[in-house]
Amino acid sequence: MYSQKVMDHFMNPRNVGRIDLANGIGEVGNPTCGDIMHIEIEVKEDKIEDIKFQTFGCAAAIATSSMVTEMVKGKTLEEAERITNRTVAEALDGLPPVKMHCSNLAADALHEAIKNYRESQGSSATVTKGCCQQETGSCCTMPQE
Amino acid sequence: MKAVYMDHSATTPVDPQVFNAMIPYYTDIYGNSSSVHFQGQKAHRALEQAREQVAALIGASPGEIIFTAGGTEADNQAIITFMTHEHQKKGKHIITSAIEHHAVLHTCEFLAKQGFELTVLPVNSYGTIEPDALRAALRPDTALVSIMHANNEIGTIEDIKTLAAISHEVGAAFHTDAVQTVGKIPVNVKELGVDLLSASGHKLYGPKGIGILFVKKGVRISSYLHGGAHERNLRAGTVNVPGAVGFGKAAELAQQRIPQTTAHLKDLSSHLTSGILNGISNSRLTGHPEDRLPGSVSVVFDYVEGESILLMLDSYGIMASSGSACTSGSLDPSHVLLAIGLPHETAHGSLRLTMGKDNTREDVDYVLEKLPPIIKNLRLMSPLGQ
Repeated sequence: MYSQKVMDHFMNPRNVGRIDLANGIGEVGNPTCGDIMHIEIEVKEDKIEDIKFQTFGCAAAIATSSMVTEMVKGKTLEEAERITNRTVAEALDGLPPVKMHCSNLAADALHEAIKNYRESQGSSATVTKGCCQQETGSCCTMPQE
Repeated sequence: MKAVYMDHSATTPVDPQVFNAMIPYYTDIYGNSSSVHFQGQKAHRALEQAREQVAALIGASPGEIIFTAGGTEADNQAIITFMTHEHQKKGKHIITSAIEHHAVLHTCEFLAKQGFELTVLPVNSYGTIEPDALRAALRPDTALVSIMHANNEIGTIEDIKTLAAISHEVGAAFHTDAVQTVGKIPVNVKELGVDLLSASGHKLYGPKGIGILFVKKGVRISSYLHGGAHERNLRAGTVNVPGAVGFGKAAELAQQRIPQTTAHLKDLSSHLTSGILNGISNSRLTGHPEDRLPGSVSVVFDYVEGESILLMLDSYGIMASSGSACTSGSLDPSHVLLAIGLPHETAHGSLRLTMGKDNTREDVDYVLEKLPPIIKNLRLMSPLGQ
């Protein structure tokens, strides 16, 4: 079902938690859909010095969150903004088709955090919430019996 | 790696005694049970013996049992072909419940699209169908009521005897999907008072691909698959004799084992349930606390998502299920968990552990050792409940 990379990031997620000195916070998804991704960044001189996430969701949601933090840590904001949900999924050697829509929102959460940073221009951050962008998809775990 | 299978409501392993009983019907006694020659007649006798064994398990006459390819086919045949005949006499109205298996729910919805009228009964927070809700929904033109004997996700056992009696008062027939109960708890079609009942072989240590439809004498259904005149002209297609023999043997073994297995499973379930509820905060049992399948423990955990729990458990060799998100085209969690009134976010955090005869106290202790830290770790990762 999942690639080895997805399972690795799911079982050993990188950069979990929150940042005391976060100056950009983004959150997407909603509990009704079963996925919420919360990303905090600490930006210094246009670079993402630190990034942490907290995610409520399935293995794909957790793995994409973990992967996006690894991909952008130390990168400039401009570089981070070029990352899309699709490139995150590709970095994980793909996701099951059904998960591409419903659980692949980590880049959106990151972009929300960057937007939040830019809006606050380094002053105290408040959460920017993206809307639930999920359209179709399913995450069926109850076997059809 | 240690393997602990707690997904018996999904399927069960074939009992070695069942498998051994089936083998000759693949290799030596391979005749078509409808053939005249001695090979066919041997197969025919085995088929009829299997029919007797299954009939005995549910208190039916052998002539009231049709072998099908499984529970889903039996549900489809019962509902669709019964309504095809009965709408001309009684009416076009069908009643079912919101927590049915999709084999019943989608079949009823299919008929509704064809012009039949459908009422879907709500359930209370335990997943129980209230007799008064059925009484209120019954109409003079209600031809059929289809309500499951026990729910596959939350384990609640319905009061079929009462519900069938209420339906009969206004002349409606009663079908029950007993896939989760036959072989697990005593099921007697006469005591329940049902007209049609579906069951499946692979839930009681029999093979997959075989099921039965009980049709009470005098109740009119017809063939759902069109073709040869097998099964008294009620189920076309060469009969799966090895499968039927397996189902028959499994039924015979289940009948002997039910009292002992029930006591064993009740003990394990109570140990597992109290261990989970006491050991993990913000956890709740779903389904009825007493009137439930003996081996079924279904729980919900706040702030975590079910698939993540399943994969973490799987990494320790523990196999379970969840109703965390629903079937294709939808982002909703299980229709059953929503029907009992759980909010979406809670329903996403569901876990179903269904035990079988071979599970041990050691298995339960192993789950109770692994599960709490899994939930704790996932909660640390979750932005909810902080």
